[in-house]
Amino acid sequence: MTLIFLIGILLVGGILAAVSARWSPVLPRLISLAAIGVDLVLAVRIWAGRPSAAVSPWYDEVDWNWIPGFGVHIHLAVDGLSLLMVLLTFFLGIISVLTSWTEIQQKVGFFHFNLMWVLAGIASVFVAFDLFLFYFAWELMLVPMYFLIVIWGHERRVYAGMKFFLFTQCSGLLMLIAILALYLLHHQATGVYTFEYSELLGTSLASRVELLIMFGFFAAFAVKLPIVPLHTWLPDAHTEAPTAGSVILAGLLLKTGGYGLIRFVVPLFPRATHAFTPVALTLAVIGIVYGATMAFSQSDLKRLVAYTSVSHLGFVLLGIFSWNTLALQGAIMTMICHGLSTGALFVLVGGLQERIHTRDLDRMGGLWSAAPRMGAAALFFSLASLGLPGMGDFVGEFLVLLGAYRVSVVLTVVASLGILASTFYALRLMQRAFFGPNTSNWRLPDLTPREGLMVGAMIAGLLWLGLYPQPVLNTSAPAIVNLQREARIPVAELRR
Amino acid sequence: MNAGDTLALLPLLLIAGTAAVVMLAIAIRRSHALTAILTLAGLAATFASVLAIAPLVPRQVTPLLLIDRYALFYIGLITASSAAVAILSFQYLESHAAQREELYLLLLLATLGCAVLAASVHFVSFILGLEILSVSLYAMVAYFSDREHSLEAGIKYLILASVSAAFLLFGAALIYADTGTLAFSPVRELSLGGSRMAFVVTGIALTVTGIGFKLGVVPFHLWTPDVYEGSPSPVTAFVATASKTAVIALLVRYLSSGAMRSPPVFYVFSVMAIASMFAGNLLALRQTNVKRILAYSSIAHFGYILVAFLAGSAIAAAAVGFYLVAYTVTLLAAFGIVGVLSGPERDAGSLEQYRGLFWRRPVIAGIFTAALFSLAGIPATMGFLGKFYVLTSAAAASAWALMIVLVITSVAGLFYYLRIVVALYSAPPEHVGEHPGLARASALVLGALAILLILFGVYPAPLLDLIRSTLVLIG
Repeated sequence: MTLIFLIGILLVGGILAAVSARWSPVLPRLISLAAIGVDLVLAVRIWAGRPSAAVSPWYDEVDWNWIPGFGVHIHLAVDGLSLLMVLLTFFLGIISVLTSWTEIQQKVGFFHFNLMWVLAGIASVFVAFDLFLFYFAWELMLVPMYFLIVIWGHERRVYAGMKFFLFTQCSGLLMLIAILALYLLHHQATGVYTFEYSELLGTSLASRVELLIMFGFFAAFAVKLPIVPLHTWLPDAHTEAPTAGSVILAGLLLKTGGYGLIRFVVPLFPRATHAFTPVALTLAVIGIVYGATMAFSQSDLKRLVAYTSVSHLGFVLLGIFSWNTLALQGAIMTMICHGLSTGALFVLVGGLQERIHTRDLDRMGGLWSAAPRMGAAALFFSLASLGLPGMGDFVGEFLVLLGAYRVSVVLTVVASLGILASTFYALRLMQRAFFGPNTSNWRLPDLTPREGLMVGAMIAGLLWLGLYPQPVLNTSAPAIVNLQREARIPVAELRR
Repeated sequence: MNAGDTLALLPLLLIAGTAAVVMLAIAIRRSHALTAILTLAGLAATFASVLAIAPLVPRQVTPLLLIDRYALFYIGLITASSAAVAILSFQYLESHAAQREELYLLLLLATLGCAVLAASVHFVSFILGLEILSVSLYAMVAYFSDREHSLEAGIKYLILASVSAAFLLFGAALIYADTGTLAFSPVRELSLGGSRMAFVVTGIALTVTGIGFKLGVVPFHLWTPDVYEGSPSPVTAFVATASKTAVIALLVRYLSSGAMRSPPVFYVFSVMAIASMFAGNLLALRQTNVKRILAYSSIAHFGYILVAFLAGSAIAAAAVGFYLVAYTVTLLAAFGIVGVLSGPERDAGSLEQYRGLFWRRPVIAGIFTAALFSLAGIPATMGFLGKFYVLTSAAAASAWALMIVLVITSVAGLFYYLRIVVALYSAPPEHVGEHPGLARASALVLGALAILLILFGVYPAPLLDLIRSTLVLIG
């Protein structure tokens, strides 16, 4: 039941926030903060209270009839993987409310309505185990995100919003066709109309059909993740979105793609995945290197950070398609840490833009002397992003490489070069923005207590994940075991 | 004809009776409010009679009409949309000095025509219903004849409708020449082969011209944008919803089971569906007038409905029914809002007039957004479930090519819906003309439509069950 509350609180909180703006512009912020805070506490309680031995794969579950005519259920459930993602969602949700505290002054109520509803959509995606419900939530999180971009975004917001919407919608419809095909084929095989995930697992499919259906799912997740030829919406959307939008896009929306691949693509279509693995791994490595190279050559600070996402999410893809325990642990870890480190970078860039009204690297320089605390924070997150040991990103990427090494040595070697490349862009960011002479004579206030709190929390999180990742690994481990069993291909078969 | 038959015909009789009463009332005393109230009372009585006689059907009343749950479902839908149009017309007409009362009379007659079509199983009732509908619509389309585009729209509709009716008659004659009856049943049970197949197939092709014209599907769509733009908004709403619903109801009865298995007929409809989806969605991209955009979008939507129709199974007939309800609710809301925003001289067409609407009239803009998202097929609206249902039925029939076309074109469609949405939410222009206020009755209708749009988008089970229960005898 808690799961229904988790979503419901966000939905209702969003409506309350929209209405309350009538009385005071602070009220929507407080309501959002309170609602997401309650959700975070509830989610932590599920986490703390989870049974140590595997009684059931789900720590919490709701299963209601929704549209009996189609066999659609409201089936929400949470296992270790979902729980970690949900925790990340609420944590970054709080960050995005805090980061818009002074940035958003127009239409505050409607802004927080959209913010809360996009979080509700994302949280539902992570806990939906009925494919219809999953698709429903998948599409639903698009609309508020679109509004966040086109109403509160920067100069080219309409273009970026449209591109984002069209890319996701087009690939989403392909997934819908794939879901329908799976649904009908399952009905042909068993006589039961159902969208239930656990029942659709192991539907027997001809290998060509399985490959086609897998591509439908893969298309949707590949656009979100994003995988390189389909990534072009990402730099635009991330750059034009308001800070909170960028944090949610990079920190959460991209993760729905990774989550979908782990949860749906591989377990539902193990043989097709197996056949497709070499291509996916190659795409992953291309993404890692390409993202890093593109990031290096950007002069727009936000665009730079956006391209680093392409690179980091390449590691996630590499981990997922290597499909051994180490690699999967690494992929999940990378998703979480990337959410924190990139989210934090967007917060800092947003704060910087609020102060100096530009994102152009060429006009910056010497900001460290003007705002040393901000510089130090940026240095920390840049180092995290380039994979310095002791911070979370390192653990994730290291595990991915360790796992991928067993699948393909060549690709792993190339992927490690991506880490090298990340050093270049991270250091370039620091040098151009914060070091060197302050030629433009920037004078700016340093981090406010509110920003300090956000940045501090994210630093603490990354250090915790970097130095003592075991609790997270323990949480995802049983889920990974289940997924690997569901996928029904022994790990050994994937080694070559 | 005995008492049972009369009872079964009650909905049709009530509409016809209301039309007569309204006509007499206008003759005695011109009162806009009274006319509107009489009209609504008549439509409400009709709706109640639909519910009341539902347990007594099916019943074949004369060879012409079959009153069954299927017919009653569509008569109910048509009556309800006609009532919504009547209420929306009230506010619209209040701001116009011209004669107001006759529009209700025409609306009732058009509704009668639609209801006859929905119950028709015979070419005679088909043609009678279609003509009652068309003749009323000629006058309704050109109701404000002093406005620009109004006469153009009226004459365009008149000429094209007459020509297509002629085709329809010729087609009926050919089918009669071969089968010796004007009932639909030989067409429904059409078996392939036979020496004079050519007559029947040609006959079907010609009747499809008449049907295709009313639906506004490619290649019979040329009137759609002009008529949608030139008609008063409530009339546009009626043309877009009730008149098309009636024709689809008839089409499913007329062709769905037998004739569709004949390859020539199937291919003709496939081409029409694909061409409509492409033409509607692509031509809408370059439009800047909201009414014209909605016109092109309706061409595309009937392409989608044809996809379900082509799939031709029980699930497909239910999909068609659900899609029509979704489409009706959505378009009534959309055109209702266009009507509400319209001034006395011209309708609120240009996209400029919608700029920043959300910041001035948040509720209206919110409802309009919901309607646009429903048309685009975004979840939590009826339009999404309609599209989902259509895709399901197409997938069940393995019509993959049609599905792919549907997906590709509806992504293109998204683009122009989002353009309107962007306009709604962008910063308002400096000088804003005053928008007319919102009458309580219109507000009520728009609110109810919005609630239906979301409610059945989130919890469609009751509606689905209802639609499925009407299909027992259709097959």
